[in-house]
Amino acid sequence: MTDEIEGALRDAAAALDADPPPTLDTGAAEAASLLDVAYARHDTPVGAVLLAATPRGLVRVAYADTAEDVEATLSQLARSLSPRVLAAPRRLDAARRELDEYFAGARDHFELALDWRLTRGFGRRVLRSTARIPYGSVSSYAGIAAAAGSPRAARAAGNALGANPLPIVVPCHRVLHSSGGLGGYTGGVERKLTLLAIERGGR
Amino acid sequence: MHRFLVASVGPVDADDCYQETWLAALRAYPRLRDASNLRAWILTVAHRKAIDHVRARNRRATPLAELPETPVPATLPDGVSEIWAHVRTLPPKQRTAITLRTVADLAYGDIAKVMSTSEEAARRNVHEALQRLRTEVHR
Repeated sequence: MTDEIEGALRDAAAALDADPPPTLDTGAAEAASLLDVAYARHDTPVGAVLLAATPRGLVRVAYADTAEDVEATLSQLARSLSPRVLAAPRRLDAARRELDEYFAGARDHFELALDWRLTRGFGRRVLRSTARIPYGSVSSYAGIAAAAGSPRAARAAGNALGANPLPIVVPCHRVLHSSGGLGGYTGGVERKLTLLAIERGGR
Repeated sequence: MHRFLVASVGPVDADDCYQETWLAALRAYPRLRDASNLRAWILTVAHRKAIDHVRARNRRATPLAELPETPVPATLPDGVSEIWAHVRTLPPKQRTAITLRTVADLAYGDIAKVMSTSEEAARRNVHEALQRLRTEVHR
């Protein structure tokens, strides 16, 4: 049942919209400890990334070429960490600064606190060993597997690196095939090459 | 949700209510059992915040010799404010029901959920609001 008055009310409703649209004051949410995961998008020479942090530290770096990539990462975070995921760019200022310095060639290691919650077991050991590969050096899947305590688990190490929740910061791009092959990379092999080139001092 | 708050408490107070609604929703979300109807759920929270807000405002109000007219929000465009001014003179239940129906575009079942009434009562409140507005506006 729609009549004249109901129609007029529906038309009038559109005029109630605020301009600009209201946004949530994330500061207030943070003050009330209602923000579990803060995220921000950041542009880098290897493309846009989505950065996410918990109060413990940086928890996720994800290549975010499209809006769908962003959506997918955010729903993954909501499912695995907490539904209280909010855009709060200021909480990621330190991460963005360190990334900018890294890409400018002015930083050879990250000092950010990391939250390893999205990793577990052997995968976590592999990624922690990977985090210790020095800037500009490379290791092999077999070498990383050995460093993680399972010399024969090169393939499993490869899988763990493929699932790295913190690419760039945990430098899985520094792990190559022992035969000299490049191996794969979450964000595509081209990005892996770019990152290695940046670390060699030439782009 | 913001529209609903503007219609319920006016544009100035709506901003506060909007923030409070989200904070309350964030607080309550981990306890939410059924996430299938988030729209009705968030409006339920907003409805409670609007009621709290109006109560608080009435407590703060200083007594005057004469009751002022309910102020019509100044930022609303011409013609629009008139119809909402009429909506604001409706009894609270009718006002909320018609606002949820036309501003938030809720089904009667959802209006009932938000207002904790039966679907039949929601339907009746909307119907009575429309009848009343019809006579008021055309007077």
